[in-house]
Amino acid sequence: MAQLNASAGQGAGALPPLLAVRGITKRFGAFTANDHIDLDLLAGEVHALLGENGAGKSTLVKMLYGILAPSEGEILWQGAPIQLPNPNAARALGVGMVFQHFSLFENLTVAENIALVMPPADRLDEVPAKIAEISRAYGMGLEPSRPVWTLSAGERQRIEIARCLLQDPKVLILDEPTSVLTPQEAEKLFETLERLKGEGRALLYISHHLEEVRRLCDRATILRLGKRVGACNPRAETPRSLAALMVGSEIKEVRPAGAHELGEERLIVANLSLASPELHGVALKNVSAAVKGGEIFGVAGVAGNGQSELFAALSGETLADDPQAILIDGQPVGSRGIGERRTLDAGFVPEERNGHAAAPDFTLSDNIVLSGHASGGLTRGGFINAAAAKEMAQKVITAFDVRKAGPDPLARTLSGGNLQKFVVGREIVRQPSVLVINQPTWGVDVAAAATIRQALLDLCAKGAAVLIISQDLDELFEICDRIAVIHTGELSPALPARNTTREEIGLLMAGMGAESTHAH
Amino acid sequence: MRIDLEARPARSTLREILSPVAALLVAILIGGVVVAIMGRSPLTAFQVYFVDPLSQFYSLQAIAVKASPLILIAVGLAFCYRANLWNIGAEGQFIAGGALGGWLGLLTHDGAYQAIGGWWILPAMMILGVVGGILYAMIPAMLRVWLNVSEILTSLMLVYVAQLGLDWLVRGPWKDPQGFNFPVTVNFDPEASLPILFEGGTLHLGTLFAPVAVIIAAIVFSKTIFGFEVRLVGSSPKAARFGGFDDKRIALAAFAISGGLAGLAGVAEVSGKIGQVLTTISPGYGFSAIIVAFLGRLSPVGIFIGGLVLAVTFVGGEDAQIALQLPGDLTLAFQGVLLICVLAADVLSHYRLRLRLGAVS
Amino acid sequence: MSFDPQQIQDVLVIVVTAATPLLIAAVGELVSERAGVLNLGVEGMMIVGAATGFAAAYLTDSTMLGVIAGILAGAVLASIFAFLTLGLAANQVASGLALTILGRGVANLIGSSFVGLKRTPAPHLYIPGLSDLPMVGKLIFGQDFFVYFALLLTGAVAYWLMRTRSGLTLRAVGDNHSSGHSLGVPVRRIRLLAVLFGGGCAGLAGSYLSLAYTPFWSPDMTAGRGWIALALVVFASWKPWRALAGALLFGGVSVLQLVFQTWGVPIAPQFLAALPYLTTIAVLVVLSIRDIRGAAAPASLGIPFIPDR
Repeated sequence: MAQLNASAGQGAGALPPLLAVRGITKRFGAFTANDHIDLDLLAGEVHALLGENGAGKSTLVKMLYGILAPSEGEILWQGAPIQLPNPNAARALGVGMVFQHFSLFENLTVAENIALVMPPADRLDEVPAKIAEISRAYGMGLEPSRPVWTLSAGERQRIEIARCLLQDPKVLILDEPTSVLTPQEAEKLFETLERLKGEGRALLYISHHLEEVRRLCDRATILRLGKRVGACNPRAETPRSLAALMVGSEIKEVRPAGAHELGEERLIVANLSLASPELHGVALKNVSAAVKGGEIFGVAGVAGNGQSELFAALSGETLADDPQAILIDGQPVGSRGIGERRTLDAGFVPEERNGHAAAPDFTLSDNIVLSGHASGGLTRGGFINAAAAKEMAQKVITAFDVRKAGPDPLARTLSGGNLQKFVVGREIVRQPSVLVINQPTWGVDVAAAATIRQALLDLCAKGAAVLIISQDLDELFEICDRIAVIHTGELSPALPARNTTREEIGLLMAGMGAESTHAH
Repeated sequence: MRIDLEARPARSTLREILSPVAALLVAILIGGVVVAIMGRSPLTAFQVYFVDPLSQFYSLQAIAVKASPLILIAVGLAFCYRANLWNIGAEGQFIAGGALGGWLGLLTHDGAYQAIGGWWILPAMMILGVVGGILYAMIPAMLRVWLNVSEILTSLMLVYVAQLGLDWLVRGPWKDPQGFNFPVTVNFDPEASLPILFEGGTLHLGTLFAPVAVIIAAIVFSKTIFGFEVRLVGSSPKAARFGGFDDKRIALAAFAISGGLAGLAGVAEVSGKIGQVLTTISPGYGFSAIIVAFLGRLSPVGIFIGGLVLAVTFVGGEDAQIALQLPGDLTLAFQGVLLICVLAADVLSHYRLRLRLGAVS
Repeated sequence: MSFDPQQIQDVLVIVVTAATPLLIAAVGELVSERAGVLNLGVEGMMIVGAATGFAAAYLTDSTMLGVIAGILAGAVLASIFAFLTLGLAANQVASGLALTILGRGVANLIGSSFVGLKRTPAPHLYIPGLSDLPMVGKLIFGQDFFVYFALLLTGAVAYWLMRTRSGLTLRAVGDNHSSGHSLGVPVRRIRLLAVLFGGGCAGLAGSYLSLAYTPFWSPDMTAGRGWIALALVVFASWKPWRALAGALLFGGVSVLQLVFQTWGVPIAPQFLAALPYLTTIAVLVVLSIRDIRGAAAPASLGIPFIPDR
């Protein structure tokens, strides 16, 4: 393992930065993702790259890894300018990257996945031995012959990290590494990172989780809307001041609705068990929950534990065998489709806004017809009432401040935050009595996220029952009344948000916990 | 050299209309080069293929008669292709419809219905044609919907089966006993033949099915919820399920429409143009219709124009065989080149092309 | 009916020769599909190989040159397909159909001057002593060289796919082209090579038909074998040795036609001729029932790839 000259691990000293960028710019057509950014990375430091969704962090690191070519500016390695035409060049130099969305091949084994990034001269049959060695050295527990689709998110991330470590990188870039981990797995990751830092490597850590950044990182560079807006020592700041730097202004506090009467149980799930229709999906086992009118019920969990399957069962995209498994306002709808559930005034917002919640190549008014046609007013005798659809679209656009180009554009031309406001607003404007949302503010800028969360609170203040599935614990603790945790298709009993700690939820997310009633 | 594609920011209707036109021009240019290699004058060839057929009434009728089955089949294919269902067995569905409808024509041969009158025969034949096409199309449809079997392979295999089946029928049980052992059936009675529209011409009533189908399809696609579902299922299947649309029902409906229209084209051809059943009743309409569908960008109005264009090349090609001794296969090759140009032009209307030096990656 | 061992051997030989073009085309297409590209132009590439192969062999009086010409013809058509689907990211189904239509037209054009002509068929192996063995001599030691090459090809591809680095990279690209791109794997270059290989194999299979299986060219002589080869790849679950089993099955079915006719079984010839096509459908149905979730197919098969740069 390389031990680089690094004094006191804090990056001070006369050495040039290991990796630096000057004036780096990247344009995609008319859109500028990175605008003349300067950054430097010293050996033996953990450097945070902060910014909200859409600030340009992923674009910047893709250029550092050779996936994208800069439009302007230069990249410097130990003071000298270099070109990185592809990831092989970056790896040869000593830059490794752990992606947020893993670059893994599900149907290949762990060994095959790792072998793909080894230098071509290495023999294929020596790879399993090398994996075993690294796995032991860093406590990773990797089994070379397992196919990747059988592994959990934490295990998959360890493959990504092992891939990098086998090349002995001097610089390691991590893009939102904890977004798929339980709090306990995140702890393990931090230990590994501290160790790598002690070996003199430089770590570039992208995250929008401010507590983590304050804990791990020595310096931070902040991006906003593609530009570098500042640098700081995270430990000298508070999460609020960091957030203000990221957003550039005071964030609007979300106003909780204040104590209000809870009504009847409007959404009831009773012993729902369902096999997954997907090839590598998660089966739901005996899921039970009840959401009252006026309350927001949160479902926490690490990605890949049955959230999409739960949403599909609640929305009616997958039908249960037992009609009594799901009740909306007392009506058994378990075996009835999404159209019928909508006629009972239920609304649904799936996780994937482009391609699932909205059809990207259709206009906004068409997308109104998409979810609204069953509940009346938009069709007559098989014909679509285009004028009514346009009118409804305008209502949503105005109420939720959706920014767009042109009067009725295609859904895919909207930015992430605006499209999310549209698909959420489309349901809320119908004043549903039950609303189920999967990942309400994932990948959305702070302002849009605040608008959406406020709208959810306002909706439930009017007596609706709202169920949120989210991987963002901060969000769940901010707006939910009760929180349950989904793990390998099973739902824990719900805990009141005010009296529960992140640790308790974290244990449940990992499948452990005092409340668990199933033996493992 | 590497090709990079950049998405164009906005849609342009002008560009979308011009792209198939540009494709046609490029294909004609390529055709001209090939003709020159074969030792003929490209300009003369262009005149024979594209200009002369449009200048005489009888060849205009021939164009309409040839375009009609192409358009009818292609409109049906548009329903399937828009829904991402690759029905390439339209040729077989055409044959199935022609055979089932033609069977009634054989049954009623020689006035066997004198007692009740013959007004019902033609409508019944047309209906049987549609039914035959639908039933034949249901085979790949059901296999795809319930067993996830590739409809591409099954529908195509069934084309060969239909061709062989028809061959067996016409050489066997349907052969005209007074036909000197030729593999043909008896001729249909006038009551079983679609009437000719102009004295002494070839334009028959069946050619009117095509424009009617185009109008109905255009309305369905743009204004009805069914048309919305079909378009949605093809472009965003997850959103379609989210909208509560049943993709299985849509798939079966799309195949039924496609098979029914192909079957109708088949019985119209048999009853209007041929007047009896032969061992082959289609010069590859089912496959040429695929080209028409793409040339028309899967829109009914575009298909109408595309069908006329392709019919011109067929009629021109027949003339060129006589006038210039150019082989009929040249027309087929030209149609292949045309489809390639259409596909390329379609991509270019949505993306800008950038060529970069360096290795292909 | 008596069972003459010589007759049995003759039947088996026909099964093998009928299977050979299907096997060659299927193995080529299998490589293409494992890289994630669905090439429906196989039929067009095969028939163009048949016409070009015969034409070149007749004109130069060399079977070898005919074979090379056939392979090149298939590869040239495949390069057009690659331009459309890899360069322009056009729809793979429509592009494949376009190439089939073009291939048929071009093949008939090339072949038109050669209809009705014959030449000496491709040479067969002859080892004195071994090739004369009863029952198995001709079957194992007396085939033409295409047959042995087809077996070698199958074995080589099987080994290469599973045991070599480049084979692994190809499988990875077929599993997830985005991941491959993020890791710096040259996705489109690999797919281009795979498609050219597939086209070359289809062309080779076609030239086998016009140089060895029958020593002449006739229009549309491939009779849908390219499509059957596509079905074979599915039947083989994308594994080369299984493609051999499937090809022999289809070879057997096409032999039935001859066998029944020789034995005077009163089944209509059209039905017998339809058997391969009906068998293809039956085989696909059986396979789908066994693998209804489509787990065996390469995950990125048929999906266009447009890289960010």
